[in-house]
Order: sequence, then structure tokens, then C-alpha cells
Amino acid sequence: MTVEIRAVDFDPYQEVSHYQRETLQAAGKYGATAVFVGSMRDFNEGDDVRAMTLEHYPGMTEQYLEKISLEARQRWDLIDSLIIHRVGEVYPSDAIVVVAVWSAHRGAAFEASRYLMEELKSRAPFWKKETLTEGSRWVEKNTAG
Amino acid sequence: MSIAVKFFASLREQVGKADVSVESQSVSSVREVWDLASGGQSMPANTLMAVNMDYVEATHPVTDGDEVAFFPPVTGG
Repeated sequence: MTVEIRAVDFDPYQEVSHYQRETLQAAGKYGATAVFVGSMRDFNEGDDVRAMTLEHYPGMTEQYLEKISLEARQRWDLIDSLIIHRVGEVYPSDAIVVVAVWSAHRGAAFEASRYLMEELKSRAPFWKKETLTEGSRWVEKNTAG
Repeated sequence: MSIAVKFFASLREQVGKADVSVESQSVSSVREVWDLASGGQSMPANTLMAVNMDYVEATHPVTDGDEVAFFPPVTGG
């Protein structure tokens, strides 16, 4: 169960592959890996978005992500989970978040990854400020999905 | 009694500061911490609050040494 906040760009696919190879001590145990990647769009609410600044609450954010990871392990039969989330300046197509869940069977991996993403989006203390062609604005709320 | 107060994102810009220390003998709830730390500004209805990094309601009590945070709806992911 790993949670990381990153201040620099990362490749979510390499991260999952690396974690699976180096950290997950479960070769032969998992039959399902669900991976969700959230990346930055270059449009929002009809406007071009050039960049985004992601802010978080150091300490509380990590604690909250650890809490939901633990809740997911209590609700589903999971082998492990990984959450990496960006902060700082991000640009279109950069990864913002990756959530990966390993389990013996697909149901738990699919459901737990959805749960983690929805909990993250609704309660984890992160905030986005968009840089538009002219000026900037805070994103006021997340879309329903 | 000393309370460390943090404001994030749009609330930080609205209040004009990121960190404030509130020193008071009479403050008893998160709501009262807001009033003192924000200089009496009105609190947006959708404000989220945390004491020692756990979500709470505005009526939640505070004690000496607490860290109280105020922030707008979250937009990560």
C-alpha cells in the first residue's frame, strides 16, 4: 500500500511496471491489475487551458490517501495498491494521478480502483488553478465523473 | 491558547495569508477560529475545515496547540 506525492512529471506506466517488479512481493498471486491514469486536458468549460498549478495540504493529503487505501483493503480482497499524484506546475497530457490495484480476481481490482479515484476526487485536499490564454482561475469543483 | 491556522487555494487568496497564529483564551470552536484568523471576513458556504488534518464541522471544539485548516471544495485527480 503506497501513496506518493510528486512534484515533477512522471510516466504512470513505468511507475506501475516498476512498482510491480520491485515492490510487490506477489508474483503468481495476482490475477488482476486495474490501472487508472488521470492526465491533463487542454480544455475546460469551453476555454483553452495552457497549464495548471496543483496545490495540496502537505501531511493531510498523504494521510487521507493512506486512509482510503486502507479502507479499500478492508472492503475488498486486495493484494496491494499504489497511488501517485502530481503537485506543482502541469501541462496538457502530463499525468496527474495514477491509481493501481492488484487482486486475485478482476472484480475487486475494478471496484477498488473506482472507489479510490472517487474518494480521492471528492475528499483528498488538492486544488487546481488553471492558466488560460488570458489570466488564471481556480477550478471550483470536480465534475461528476 | 495558541492555534495554528492554515488557508489553502482560493481561500488563501481571499483572506490574504497562508498561515496565521491565533492567540486567544476565549476561542472555543473552529467557527470562532475562522472569525479571528480571517479578520471577520464572511466564510463561503462551501468551505471545508480540518482540525489536526481530520475533516470536522464548524462547531468542532479546538484546544491549545491544534492546527486548523480552511479550504474550498477539493479538485484533485
